[in-house]
Amino acid sequence: MSQRIPAVEIPSRELKHNAHDALQDRQLRGNMRKAMDSLMAKRLASMPDDFEREHLREMGNHVRARALSQLPDLLERLETNLTRNGVKVHWAETVDEANAIVLSIIRAHEARQVIKGKSMVSEEMDMNHVLEAEGIEALESDMGEYIIQLDHEKPTHIIMPAIHKNAKQVASLFHDKLGEAYTEDVDQLIQTGRRVLRQKFFEADIGVSGVNFAVAETGTLLLVENEGNGRMSTTVPPVHIAVTGIEKVVENLRDVVPLLSLLTRSALGQGITTYVNMISGPRKSDELDGPREVHLVLLDNGRSQAFADGELRQTLNCIRCGACMNHCPVYTRIGGQAYGTVYPGPIGKIISPHLMGLENTPDHPSASSLCGACGEVCPVKIPIPALLRRLREENVKSPDDPHKVMRGQGSKYSASERLLWKGWRLLNTSPLAYRAFGLLATRLRGLTPNQLGPWTQHHSAPKPAARSLHELAREHLEGK
Amino acid sequence: MSAKANILAKLRNSLAGTQPIADDYDVALVTEPWRYPAGERISRLRQLMEAVHTETHLTTTTDWPALVERLLAVRQLPSLLIAPGTPHGAQLAAHFAGRPGLPVLKAYDRPVEEWKAELFDDTPASLTGTLGAIAATGSLILWPDRHEPRLMSLVPPVHFALLKASQIRDNLYEVMQEQRWAAGMPTNALLVSGPSKTADIEQVLAYGAHGPKDLIVLILEDA
Amino acid sequence: MSDLFYDAAPNATRVAPPLPTPRQYPAHKPANVYLFGTCVLDLFFPEAGMDAIRLLEREGIRVHFPQAQSCCGQPAYTSGYTDEAREVARAQLALFEQDWPLVVPSGSCAGMVRHHYAELFKDEPETLARARALAERTFELAEFLLYICKVEFQDQGAPTRIALHTSCSARREMNTHLHGRALLAQLTGVERVDHDHESECCGFGGTFSVRMPDISGAMVADKTRALRESGAAQVISADCGCLLNINGAFEKQNAALRGQHLASFLWQRTGGGR
Repeated sequence: MSQRIPAVEIPSRELKHNAHDALQDRQLRGNMRKAMDSLMAKRLASMPDDFEREHLREMGNHVRARALSQLPDLLERLETNLTRNGVKVHWAETVDEANAIVLSIIRAHEARQVIKGKSMVSEEMDMNHVLEAEGIEALESDMGEYIIQLDHEKPTHIIMPAIHKNAKQVASLFHDKLGEAYTEDVDQLIQTGRRVLRQKFFEADIGVSGVNFAVAETGTLLLVENEGNGRMSTTVPPVHIAVTGIEKVVENLRDVVPLLSLLTRSALGQGITTYVNMISGPRKSDELDGPREVHLVLLDNGRSQAFADGELRQTLNCIRCGACMNHCPVYTRIGGQAYGTVYPGPIGKIISPHLMGLENTPDHPSASSLCGACGEVCPVKIPIPALLRRLREENVKSPDDPHKVMRGQGSKYSASERLLWKGWRLLNTSPLAYRAFGLLATRLRGLTPNQLGPWTQHHSAPKPAARSLHELAREHLEGK
Repeated sequence: MSAKANILAKLRNSLAGTQPIADDYDVALVTEPWRYPAGERISRLRQLMEAVHTETHLTTTTDWPALVERLLAVRQLPSLLIAPGTPHGAQLAAHFAGRPGLPVLKAYDRPVEEWKAELFDDTPASLTGTLGAIAATGSLILWPDRHEPRLMSLVPPVHFALLKASQIRDNLYEVMQEQRWAAGMPTNALLVSGPSKTADIEQVLAYGAHGPKDLIVLILEDA
Repeated sequence: MSDLFYDAAPNATRVAPPLPTPRQYPAHKPANVYLFGTCVLDLFFPEAGMDAIRLLEREGIRVHFPQAQSCCGQPAYTSGYTDEAREVARAQLALFEQDWPLVVPSGSCAGMVRHHYAELFKDEPETLARARALAERTFELAEFLLYICKVEFQDQGAPTRIALHTSCSARREMNTHLHGRALLAQLTGVERVDHDHESECCGFGGTFSVRMPDISGAMVADKTRALRESGAAQVISADCGCLLNINGAFEKQNAALRGQHLASFLWQRTGGGR
C-alpha cells in the first residue's frame, strides 16, 4: 500500500527555505499581520465571557474526545443511517483510493464539469489536478479558493484561502485572467466572481463539498458557510459528492450545538455563519430539486495512525476553525504557503506528519517557539505545543527504535546531535563537570566567538558573566 | 480486505481494552447563556439579523401580502417565485389574484430540470415560509420540502421569508429538542442568518456572494 | 473585563489561562527556601540570581542554593530528547529533598518543574510522587514574593518608564504577567507602558532560535521594534531566555535599550545596592 504524495506537497521539505523567502516579502507580511490582528480581535469580541468561553472549550474537547473514543462504532452507525437515508457511503484508505472513487462516480455519469464547494480534504486529495488530468473541469467556487485557483496557488489558510492577497492583487488577477475592467472595489470583484460562478453552478454535472460535522445519530452532513457556494454545490448539480476525513463524525445531533458555536466564533468571530446546511439525503421522489444522488467518501489518509496513539489522537479533535493559525506568530510571519502542506500553521504542523509522513515534513515540528498561543485558543483544546514536542521526540528517534509510532519517525535522527545532547546530559548531571564548565565559560568569556552560527545573524554573541551564580551564591551564603 | 474493513480494524485495534467516554453533555452551558425574556426575542433577532444586512419588518397575518406588494414595488421587482402548495403561497396568490399590473407570481410547481434556466436567469425574487427562528444567533430555520423546494431560498437574488413571532425560540438546542430534530431530519434543513456574504478579499465584507443578495424577513406579530 | 485577560496593548493577543482552580498559597512565609538558579541565569544573569537571594533574605528567609544544581532539563525536553531531559531532571530532583519551597527566578524553568516533571516520570511511580511533591512547592520568584511573602515595596528610585516582557510559556503556565505587573505596580515611581503585540512571543523558544533563525529573527525584530517604540527607558522580564534573546538583538541593532531581570530591578528600586 503506497501512500501517494501529491506533487504540490513536495515543497514541505523546504519549510526553512520557503520561510526565508516569505519573510523577505513585505507585502505578504503586511497583509498577514493585518488580517491576523483583525481575526484575533473578532474572535475575542465574540467570546467576551471567560466562563462561557473556557467551559465551552472544555465541552468541545469532551464532545470530540467522546466521538473519538467510539470512532469505529460511530462510523458504522453513520454509514447505516446515511444508507437508510439514501446516501451512498464509500471508504478510502489513501488519497488514491478516494480519487478513484470520485472518478468512478464521475465516469458513471459521464460528467465533464465539477463545481466544488470548499473542502480541505479535496485539497489533501489534490482532486483538482487529478480530475484535470482526466479531462474533467474542476472549479473551486468558494471566492477565496476561486481566486487562488485562478492564480495557480494553494490555499494559504484553511478558512480564508486567499488571505495573503490584498484587493489590489485580486483586482490585477481578475483583470489579467478574466479580462475584467480593473477595479479594486471589493463589492465589484465579488460580483464578478458571482457572475462567473453562477454559470458554472448552472452547468455543473457534479458538485463536490467537504463536511464540517457528520452526525452518526441521524445520518446528517453539516456544512457551515457564509457564501452559499456550499449550498449551491450540494443542491444544484444532479450529483453531490461529499469528501471528509474519518474523524469528522460526532455522536449525536445535539453535539453539533457546542461545536458549531465554537467553530464560527473561533474562526471568524461570528455567532453563526450565514448558512448552516444540514444534508440528510438526496432528493426524494416527490421533491422538485436537490441532487438525485448523494455520495460520502470517508478518507483515512494517515488519520488512523494518529488515532493509534492516545496522545497523538488528540490531533483528530480538530474542527478546522483556523484559530491556531490566526494566533500563531510563526504563521503570521511566513504565511500559509511556506509550509508546503495542505494544512498550514500549528494544526498543519501536527496533522501533516500523519498525512504525509515525517520524512516529508521533517522541519515542521521544529518550526515553533512553543509559545502556546495555539493551544490557548483551540476551541477543542488540542494541546498543540505538547503534540509538537512529542513529534520532535518521534523525529529524533533512532531509526532502529523498535517502537513504531508513525511513518517517517526518526527523520531528523542525527548521531552527532544525539551525542551533543548526551554530552549536555553528562554536563548537567555531573556537578563536577558542570562546575568546571561554569568556570571555563566565565573565565574564558573574553574568548567567546563573535560569530555563533545562526544565533549571530540576529543577535550579538552572548557573553557569559565574569562569575557564575554558583560562585557568587556560594560566597554569599557561606558562613550564614 | 476492503478499505472499510481495514480502517475499522485499525481503529478497533487502537481502542482495544478501552471504554467509550461517558456522555456528560452540559445542557445548561449551551442554553443558559442564550436565554431571553419573551418580550426581547423579536428585538434581539432583528438586531442580529439587521447587523448582517437583513431587512426586517413587523407585520400581521392579514397585512403581510400587502406589505410584500409594496416591497416588490419599491424594488421594482417584476416577479416573485412562490410555493403554491403552501398556505402562505396560496394567501399571496389570493391577494394578487385578478389585479393586473402587479408583479407576476411564479409557482415552483415542477422539477427544477424543467425550468432551470428561468430559475437562474429570470427569477429575481422568492417568498418562503420558515419553521421559526433562533434569537441567540439571529437565524431562520428552513426545512425545504416538496411544496417549498431547496432552491427557492438560494437562487433568486432577493429572498422574502415569513416568520411567525410565536415561533422564535431562544437557542438552537431548544429548537432541536422542541422540534425533535433527532427523531427525523428532512433531506435538507437550513439555518439562514442573513443574505449570503464573503470576506475572502482582504477581509472586506461583501454581500451577495453566491446566494441571495437581499434577505427580507417579515415577522408576523400575531402568529 | 476580567483580569484573566492580558489586554496590554492595541493588537495584543489577549490571553486567558484555562480556568484553573486558583493556586492555594501557604498563609505564612517559610523560614527556608531553595533557590533554583537555572542554567542561563547562572552563566548570563548571575546578578539577577543574587538579587533574588537578597530579596528573599530581606524577607527574613534563609536561602539554600545546592551547588550541585544545573539545568531544569527544558532545552532537551523541548527539542525532543526526552531521555536526556529526564536524567537531568532526576539529578535536580535529588537536590531539593527538604520540604521547603523551591523558588525559581526564571518563569519557564519554574513551569518546567511545576508542569512537566510529572510527565517525564509518568512511568516511575516513586519518582513521580517526588516530582509531584516538588511541583507543588515550586514557585516563580515574583509569585513567591507577591503571594507568600506578601511584599509591600517602597519605591526609592527616580521616576522612570518600563515595559514588561513575559515569556509565553511562563505566562501561560505560571501567570507570570499578572505577578510581574502586580509587583511593578507597587513601585510608585515606575510607569509601566504597554508595547505593541505585547503578548506575542519574542522568538526565543530555546533551540528554535538556532534551528529556525530566520523566523526567530523576524520575531525578535518585531518584538524589539515594539519595545523601542513603546517609550520605555528599560525592559523588564523575569525570563532569562527571553532576556538573552532580546538583549542580544538590541545589541546587534546598536540600540540603547536593554532588558533587565525583574529581581535586579526590584532590588535596585527598593534600596538595595550593588
